[in-house]
Amino acid sequence: MKLFQNLFDATRPAVTTGKLKGLYPLHNALETMFFVPNHNSHSGAHVRDAIDMKRTMITVIFALVPALLFGMFNAGYQHYKALGLLIQGDLLTQFFTLSNFMFGALKIVPMITVTYIAGLAIEIYFAYRNKHAVNEGFLVSGILIPLIMPIDIPLWMVAVSTAFAVLFGKEVFGGTGMNVLNPALTARAFAFFAYPTYMSGDKIWVNTTREQGAQIVDGYSGATALGQLATSGQTNYSAWDAFWGFVPGSIGETSTFAILLGAGFLIYTGVGSWKIMLSTVLGGLTMGLIFNSAADSMEPGALQNYMSLPYYQHLMFGGFAFGAVFMATDPVSAAHTERGKWIYGFLVGLLSILIRVFNPAYPEGVMLAILLMNVFAPLIDHYVVQANISKRLKRLKLQQS
Amino acid sequence: MSNFHIVRKGLDLPILGAPEALVDGHLSASVYAVRPSDFRGLVPKLAVKEGDRVLAGDVLFTDKADPRIRVTSPVSGEVARIERGDKRKILGVVVLADSQQEYRKFTSGTPASREDAINWLLESGAWSLVESRPYGRIASPDAEPKAVFVNGMATEPLAVAPAVALAGREEDFAMGLQVVSLLSKRTVLSIAASETAPALTKASGVELHQFKGPHPSGTTSVHINQISPINKGEVVWTLNYQDVAVIGHLARTGSFKLERVVALCGTGFAKPRAITAFAGANLENYLGSELKSGNFRVISGSVLSGANVGKAGYLTYYASQLTAIPEGEGTDFFGWVLPSMGKWSVSRTLFSWLTPNKKFDLNTKQHGEDRAFVVTGVYDKVFPLDILPMPLIKAMWAKDLEKMEQLGAYEVVPEDFALCEVVCPSKQELQKLAGDAIDLLYTEMN
Repeated sequence: MKLFQNLFDATRPAVTTGKLKGLYPLHNALETMFFVPNHNSHSGAHVRDAIDMKRTMITVIFALVPALLFGMFNAGYQHYKALGLLIQGDLLTQFFTLSNFMFGALKIVPMITVTYIAGLAIEIYFAYRNKHAVNEGFLVSGILIPLIMPIDIPLWMVAVSTAFAVLFGKEVFGGTGMNVLNPALTARAFAFFAYPTYMSGDKIWVNTTREQGAQIVDGYSGATALGQLATSGQTNYSAWDAFWGFVPGSIGETSTFAILLGAGFLIYTGVGSWKIMLSTVLGGLTMGLIFNSAADSMEPGALQNYMSLPYYQHLMFGGFAFGAVFMATDPVSAAHTERGKWIYGFLVGLLSILIRVFNPAYPEGVMLAILLMNVFAPLIDHYVVQANISKRLKRLKLQQS
Repeated sequence: MSNFHIVRKGLDLPILGAPEALVDGHLSASVYAVRPSDFRGLVPKLAVKEGDRVLAGDVLFTDKADPRIRVTSPVSGEVARIERGDKRKILGVVVLADSQQEYRKFTSGTPASREDAINWLLESGAWSLVESRPYGRIASPDAEPKAVFVNGMATEPLAVAPAVALAGREEDFAMGLQVVSLLSKRTVLSIAASETAPALTKASGVELHQFKGPHPSGTTSVHINQISPINKGEVVWTLNYQDVAVIGHLARTGSFKLERVVALCGTGFAKPRAITAFAGANLENYLGSELKSGNFRVISGSVLSGANVGKAGYLTYYASQLTAIPEGEGTDFFGWVLPSMGKWSVSRTLFSWLTPNKKFDLNTKQHGEDRAFVVTGVYDKVFPLDILPMPLIKAMWAKDLEKMEQLGAYEVVPEDFALCEVVCPSKQELQKLAGDAIDLLYTEMN
């Protein structure tokens, strides 16, 4: 402890007055990471809650850990399964193996590292340029971005997408707290439209690099459940597989269960908005029910099959759960008012399922639904605020009459 | 409409150092100071010079904008000096107190009419105890308030219960209420649902309302918002129950004795309890024997909105609390990620939720750095007014007067944002922001 403090104290003159002035934001960010500074309240309330932005953000990261670890196991599991190299035994002994985990970790840890380096470099540059402290927002984005990418995406694409998201999703609006769009989803949307062959299709979700003597098993398809549903309206993955997460997909999105653990943590700590999560789920269920009831009057075919997918199963397939829990709840890009959150979440859920079913080009509707609602969130807030204003005006008129 | 109100949103700070429920002792001081900064928006015009002799109740300075508004000396003695700051701005009038207090005599007895009451209050300086909303300033005597709200509650952290503070002053309080009820056709007295003091529960000639719930259920803003919200163009006058007793005393005896029961609270005090004190008393000598040794912040007022006056400072004009809490010291190694068991948070990101009834020795640490707004919805949980706190704060930030007006800026005073400030993860200084914005609104509207 003392050692670190001495280190920071010794290097401070160099970055405040010395030649390395440009590194001050970095020095400051590191120092405040090691030591919460001894700032005391100087105006207003004399006592303050012990929560700060860093703790808020680390809480979200804790909530992401189950999905992250599961994603590492699943990356290895899907790989070895495709190559027919799984050991004998039941699903759990096949799944939770060290080799699965190591395979995934060796893929995912570099992605996280690259994301952080690309994102934080830009953040620190802007902190220096605009003379403010480095904001903590990217701590979460840096984990979220890899978790919503397919396993085989080249690292440089991750870096470019991250840079785009931080620059055009966030810094051009003024940095953390001012962005309109969710930065992590901006990164994914960028990758999705810039490098479509690496972001969609049947081949990208599972790493099938041959190992010595191994061949891809006969009849193997790496398509995700949503990919299958979009083409044929049917999937050979069971809802339970999708719930537990033993299916191909973006790294962190597959296990609804792991995501629910994170959701519980976010709601319990009070960091994530349960209103948004619940209303998103309600929106998704509503659209699912509408499809279910409309399916009977449709002509038989893939679309009819897709529409008759039991409404609750939509919540388990694809990125719906991940989006509802970790993406839609981003407080900056979501609706800010409490009443607005209900409307915002409900529409996110509704549109996710709508886009997913009706637009085969975008099997994953959640990303676009959330980005779209990010854009509309200020409008929702506007009407909620306007309602409060009208109420006050009405009271005034009542008084005058 | 029901006279029983339940306030659900809010927060009772789990802070150690509550005062014992007895009045024991008097804050004796030889020096007193009245500082213009205690009166929001008042620009002083001096009525005395150094060396003048004053009686308790003699005018020290008046409001430049309205000379009828006087601030009078709480004690008799000699004007020792006028403290001045940059550009000769008057910081305070310091009075060296006599050992035996002499009061200037005003007419005693209840005034006959509203006009008499106002003139009599103005003359004695007791008018300074009447605050007006909007803007939270000393009331303008020309205004016609739609109601007078008397606050008979004290839910601020570590405050002393009204029953304790009013004990022995029931007659003064009742008489004060009579005077106050002359000021408007509607006089509202708000008391706690659990209140037992007959002076409050059996108060006559007023509209009695009961409030239940965590702080800020005992603030006048909440009472007004629930009972009769302020619309544009309307004016409400407000008084604190202790100040009503002071006015009652003035009516009974003819002496303006600005003495209140003050809570000596916080873990900095060896024996937290209630004492009596005159407004403006110097603290230096008295605190020497009352404070524990250590680095404490001395606050005139509550931990939420009081002023950091220092150990050698003066009790502020309106204070009914004197709080001493430890200053935060040192950095916290990885304080943002380690469990940090001893710290308190309303969120469940730390572990204080495991012990919901535990009280903490809260210090002045800010626990983090200033950041942009990121998290939403935290203010709403502690803000019971029918106002959207975040949009109003943003309008104040942008100095958008029209939006402020539309979103309810006439209904709030800076203190209403104190709890928001406590729980804010971005550590924004909301009371200062609100104070500046409300002052700006006043300047633009008047």
